[in-house]
Amino acid sequence: MIAGLTHVYGDRIDTDLLAPGAYMKKPIAELARHCLEAVDPKFVTRVKPGDIVVGGSQFGAGSSREQAAYALLLNGVACVLAVSFARIFYRNALNLGLPALTCPTAREIAPGIELSVDPVAGVAIEVATGRRHDCEPIPPHLMAMIGAGGLLPYLEQRSGRTP
Amino acid sequence: MSATLTEKILARAAGAATVLPGEIVTVGVDLAMMHDSGGPRRVKPMLERLGAKVWNPDKVVVVSDHYVPAIDAESAEILDLTRKWVKSAGIARFFDMRGICHVVLPENGLIHPGMMAVGGDSHSPTGGAFGAFMVGIGATEMLGVLVTGEIWLKVPATRRFHWDGRLQPGVSAKDMILRLCAEVDPDDMNYRVAELAGPAITALGMPERMTLCNMTAELGAKTGLIEPDATTAEWLARTGVPEAHALVAAWQGDRDAPVEAVHRYDASALGPQVAAPHNPANSGDIGRHLGQRVDQAYIGACTGAKLDDLQMAARVLKGRKVAPGTRLLIAPATTRTTEQAIKDGTLATLTEAGAILLPSGCGACAGLGAGLLADGEVCIASTARNFKGRMGSGTAAVWLGSPYSVAAAAVAGQIADPREML
Repeated sequence: MIAGLTHVYGDRIDTDLLAPGAYMKKPIAELARHCLEAVDPKFVTRVKPGDIVVGGSQFGAGSSREQAAYALLLNGVACVLAVSFARIFYRNALNLGLPALTCPTAREIAPGIELSVDPVAGVAIEVATGRRHDCEPIPPHLMAMIGAGGLLPYLEQRSGRTP
Repeated sequence: MSATLTEKILARAAGAATVLPGEIVTVGVDLAMMHDSGGPRRVKPMLERLGAKVWNPDKVVVVSDHYVPAIDAESAEILDLTRKWVKSAGIARFFDMRGICHVVLPENGLIHPGMMAVGGDSHSPTGGAFGAFMVGIGATEMLGVLVTGEIWLKVPATRRFHWDGRLQPGVSAKDMILRLCAEVDPDDMNYRVAELAGPAITALGMPERMTLCNMTAELGAKTGLIEPDATTAEWLARTGVPEAHALVAAWQGDRDAPVEAVHRYDASALGPQVAAPHNPANSGDIGRHLGQRVDQAYIGACTGAKLDDLQMAARVLKGRKVAPGTRLLIAPATTRTTEQAIKDGTLATLTEAGAILLPSGCGACAGLGAGLLADGEVCIASTARNFKGRMGSGTAAVWLGSPYSVAAAAVAGQIADPREML
């Protein structure tokens, strides 16, 4: 179960907004400090660990750069809800351990409210009002990978290589 | 049972008799392509953590094209790491600073009909111009491919974009795909293949087909695909692919194979299109935007700097000059493109008009190399993407157009109809 405050953006939050090209050669921690700055310069200072980013359609459109999902994770984002995701971003997010939930009513979620999300059940609930948003559930075997921190740590765990 | 070309390729790669849209299959990968940005610098530490090696170095191609040539110590380090890793991993097919991966592959005959290919770059659908199924993936996904030689994917349904008629002078494949970007809802294309077909497509040469498939990424499609034909075979034979005609004959979709939808368009009725900032979906007829001031015109990227693209620009620029106060930057897609453009006189036409030459690589398109924009500046580019902040300042505005339209804007200092300059 995930619970956090919402940061709400519109349609087509693209990979260049999430991971701006100019910082792509920098260490990922530095790149992450510029996540979303072109649309919301205050995002990285406001966001708290466990918070939830909410988008419209085609969240993560554009580049295959995995850093787009990684930058959200490094800022403490616990999950992303969007009306739809660009395909490569979606796979990247899950592979890196960031739950990405398709939620048809995501546009109706207000910024700065507390949301509680159960990815396996496919439910997001507005804590104050109890309003429920149905999402596409993430299958338990995928959540096991996400819970391990993504594909790489999951493979390490399974191969007994975990330090 | 009849099948689309996509289904035939994926069935073969999955070792199955048939596959159906929606089915999740694990397929063997025939070709894995990486570049210096998403490639070695990201997969090397992950391979080391797993203690794993590349499953088959002969099926891997590495191209340095993002941080080339190095503009500072950080990009130099990335290139150095790339070169060292390629050597230690035993990867023979490494194209170092020879141009942009999506153009380097077909130039060297490395992408064929029927291939199941992955690329660590979102414009990998370019390979679909050659009848290959090629998809873009992220670095961790690539790690999985490098270790196992396989990837799981959902068999996509096919949506066919059927173009009748024939393009008019001054109108190009870029205008066709910009029109589609305006008309197609990317949510309808998620996990779909955009197949381009019809007489207007068949009439196109391979570079123009590459432009179309390249920007199916912008449509939101999983990939783009054009059925190979005699034009494909000619290109393959010229780039040293054995049995080119047999390959083309072997990889055809069945005529009666069901597709999810067929969308029909008339190429004869299409005029030049430009995309307003900050998304290719903001495309429309150029007539709506005439007079828009332009500080910079940029001909570059995997999408818009092949020899054909430079030739289109040269047709507009011949005997003309870039407007005072406007700069025209040209980064040919590959070093071979430059060689060819020197030989046929295209390059001289461009430079005589006042164009400034930049190195071959992703450069300004991805906000990496030379040619970036200041606050409030306006650029028109032959590239694929005009996302906010992508080419430098977050307050700069990038318009997209064909090489004809970019060249015409350079001459006029504002968006202008290229048909009036031909």
